[in-house]
Parts: sequence; C-alpha cells; structure tokens
Amino acid sequence: MAEERKELIKLESGEAEQPFRWSAGVYGSRFLTELRDNKRFVGVRCPRCGKVYVPPRNVCGPCFVELTELVPVSDEGEIVTFTVVGFGFVDPSTGKQKPVPYGYAVIKLDGADTYILHYLDETDPQKIKVGARVKAVFEEERTGSMLDVRHFTLLDR
Amino acid sequence: MGKRVAVVGVGMTKQRSSRPDVNGQELINEAVRAALEDAGISRRDIDAVVIGNMDHFEGINYVDTWSVDGSGALMKPIMKLTTGGTTGTTVAMAAYYHVASGLFQRVLAIGWEKNSESDTTGAIITAFDPFWDRPIFAGAVAGLALEATQYMHLTGATEEDAAYVAVRERRHALNNPYAHLHINLTIEDVMNSPYLSWPVKMGDMCPRTDGACAVVFASEDVVDEFPHRPAWILAVADRHLWSYTSDPYVNQALETGGWAPKEVYDKVGIRDPLKEIDVAELYLPYSFAGLRYMESLGFCERGGGPALVRSGATDMGGECPVNPSGGVMSSNAIGATGLLRVAECALQIQGRAGDRQVPDVEIALATGFGGCFWSDVLLMGGEMPEKPRG
Ligand SMILES: [Zn+2]
Repeated sequence: MAEERKELIKLESGEAEQPFRWSAGVYGSRFLTELRDNKRFVGVRCPRCGKVYVPPRNVCGPCFVELTELVPVSDEGEIVTFTVVGFGFVDPSTGKQKPVPYGYAVIKLDGADTYILHYLDETDPQKIKVGARVKAVFEEERTGSMLDVRHFTLLDR
Repeated sequence: MGKRVAVVGVGMTKQRSSRPDVNGQELINEAVRAALEDAGISRRDIDAVVIGNMDHFEGINYVDTWSVDGSGALMKPIMKLTTGGTTGTTVAMAAYYHVASGLFQRVLAIGWEKNSESDTTGAIITAFDPFWDRPIFAGAVAGLALEATQYMHLTGATEEDAAYVAVRERRHALNNPYAHLHINLTIEDVMNSPYLSWPVKMGDMCPRTDGACAVVFASEDVVDEFPHRPAWILAVADRHLWSYTSDPYVNQALETGGWAPKEVYDKVGIRDPLKEIDVAELYLPYSFAGLRYMESLGFCERGGGPALVRSGATDMGGECPVNPSGGVMSSNAIGATGLLRVAECALQIQGRAGDRQVPDVEIALATGFGGCFWSDVLLMGGEMPEKPRG
C-alpha cells in the first residue's frame, strides 16, 4: 500500500429490527388475561409443597411435578428488596430510552410464595423500606402485559 | 475412572475498553497464540476446543463456526457454551470434563467478549424472559443493586464496607499489566461517585471490556510434555437457581454461591477455607459481592464479610489474598472473565504471576458468577489429586 491508513471502520446495525412472537403458555396467558380483563392477580399452586408461584408456571422445580391449580393472590404485598435506577439506557423491548430515575422492587404479593418485579411510584431511596406495604395501580388501557400495572404505590407514607 | 487434569498453559490479551483494531476472530487468535506458545505446543497438538462468549452481546451468533481459523479449531471438535457471567468458568469446566473423560488429552478453552460492540445493559436484558422480566428488569447493575439492598438489610453492612472492596480490587490491578482499569481509588472517591442504581455507585461496578483468554488443559498422561508446573484441577462444582430474575430473592439471591463451594470443599477435604486456600480469584462483578461472597465461601460467618475485608485478610499479604489480578471490577470482558480467574489461579500455582504473585501458593480457588445467580467453583492445586473429581 502506498500509505499507511490509520482509520478503523465501524459498521452500525442502524434501525435493524428482528421481530419475535413469544408464547406465554396456558398459565401465563391466564395470569395476563386476568390482569387485563379483571385487574386481578392469580398464581399457580404446587400440589406437593403447596408453594404458590407468581409469575405462574406449570412446573415446580424442587418437586418437579406439574402444577394445575390456579389460585387468586392479592394486588397488595410487600417490598422484598428495591433499587432506584439512575443510569439511562435504551430499553431493548421498545428501542426507547428508559425515563430515569425510577424506583423498582422485588415484590411479594399476599398469597404468593415467589416474587415479581415492578416499578414503584417513589424515587427517593430514603423513603422506601424493605418490608414496606405496596398496592398495584392499574393502567386504564390494558393489553395483557405486566405493564398493565403502571406501578406499585407505597401505602403508609 | 477418569483422568486427572492440569492447566499447562495460559494466554490473555491486554484487557481494554475497546479494540477497534481487531474483529472477534482476531481477538480470539491473540489469546490462542499466546496460550499455545506458553504451553510450548502448536495448533496440531490440540485435540478439541471449547469456546464461549455471550454471542448476543456482539450480535454475531455461532462463534464456534466463524472463528475456526483464529481459534485453531479448524477440522477439530469444537463446542460453544454461553452461560452469562459464568461463561468463562463453564468453558473451563467443560474443557476439564473433556480431558477427565479420557477421550481427549489436550483441550483448549477460550473465552472472549467485545463489550464495546453493543450496549451491555440492553444486551443483558434480552437474556431474560420477555413477559415477566424484560418489561421492568434493568440489566446487571440494577439486578445487583437489588441484591445489595437485600444484603444490607439482612446483615447491616454499609455502602462504605462495599467501598473497601472496590478500592482493594483497583489497588491490586495496579500490579497487573493485563488489567483494563489502572486507577488508584480512595474510599472517598468511591463514596462520592454517582449512583448508577441505588445503593450501587459508579465506583462499585465493573467496567465494560474487550478481551480474550485461552487456557490449555492436559491429561495426567501428557503433563510432563509441558514446560511449567502443572496447575491441577482438584474439584469443580456448579449450582443454578432461578427461572425468572425475581425468583432468586426467595433464597436471598445468595445461596448458589454457598452450595457450590461447600461441594468442592467436601470433595477435597477443606475444613477452614480461609486458612487452607492460599489465593482466591473470584468473580466479583461489583463491590457488595466481595462482602457476601466471603460468607458464601465460608471465609467468615454470615454478616462477617465487612469485618473480614476491613481487617486486610483479603489484601496482598493477608491470610487469603482475593483477586491479586484486580478481578472483575478491573476488567470484565464477560465471556473471558471466568476463564481469566482460572488462568490467574494457574499462574499463582506456577509462581509465574509477576508483581501480583502471592508467595508459595499450593491451593487456589476460582469462581464464576452469573447475573442469573449461577455459581461455578473450581478448586486448583500444585499437587496432583488422588483421583479426578467431578
Ligand atoms: Zn413443589
């Protein structure tokens, strides 16, 4: 080559999209339709150990038996642990920047033995406590998604 | 009855924030050539290759196929493994299983990543369930922050306790020419760094790194062919516990980190790990893990992590130095990271770790830890074990 070139080329993936169509399964679908149509949470109970799984699933890992019994669980619960997200990033599900800061928590709904993730309506970590009571606030327009719950609101403020 | 297996050669690239001068295959080749040269063998001597990365981080799948010229796997058995943060240790364990089976005598393990080629948080989120995790889950930083909050709640540990780990790791990295970060941080620097996801601050987190590592595993039947002291695999274990990202907190997120070490200690007969293990290279992606892992590893009682770290027992010169290399908080090319822990333990046992050498290492502990709370543990030593142990 006549001259040494120092330029290093990068290729941008740009606006490329790869759409998927995922299956929620029978119990996942029941959970999401209950959320959408009735603003209710349901779980699935293990016939052997009695554990109530939310999010729902059709097998208990430790017992390795099929789960078939749907049970109602509350739209209230308590915070198991939490964080307040301050760093911005692009949500790969939407391609949009997440609106920071926001509180998010691992939540144990009353009647459930496993936990869900959800947003909190509080961004000051000093005002959020492990063990604090929370209640789901639903969206007006619901589509059959965890985001049919807008966030959980802190009770006892 | 299987074969006993030793690490007989290691190669690593300098870990850097970005390597635009190489593509994936070229980066892999740097580490592979270094490992083969270190072991004093050529590509022809390798019987099989195990390679790993998080291929959706680069968005180019099937590294096992497109890297064969660079990996040395041309016309040889190769398999790819992808297990999150544990990828590098999983690759090491699979290479160990290959050789221990007796079917292969010399197996090359490769771990690599070019984190600079995508947004790591977005890429990590796509590893998780689209219904139950992705709408809310905010990647590794926030997932670890949830763990930190729970750990502080349960034990009374503080953010300043965690800062001691962050400072130790960066101080140790100053001795490692291969480390990505070479910065002398103080406790105040860490405490004053901005919150990424409360209670986790910038100074508490690992960097995003481009890098590769390759390690040669050899059977007891051929270890004498190699120039260095064999670094034997004494026992390995792994434990997995989750379906969805919210599940592990039922078990306080921490238990897989305790079960796997207990299994290797039981297999080898380790009773007092802090005293009996001479050096530990641990997958600590953020500072709080450096507290609670002390407890999971049996280095102290539950809640004793902060006091142990503050005592200096895990510093260079302490009872069991942790991460003389600077660890994950100083370099995190994710697919390479776990394998680097194994490579560093081998160098320590062989007495070849340069300025980061711990004196007289006979027993070394390497761990991998996934964002999904998977735990891999490899116990390594200078003496050939009585028998191979799964
Ligand atoms: Zn069960």
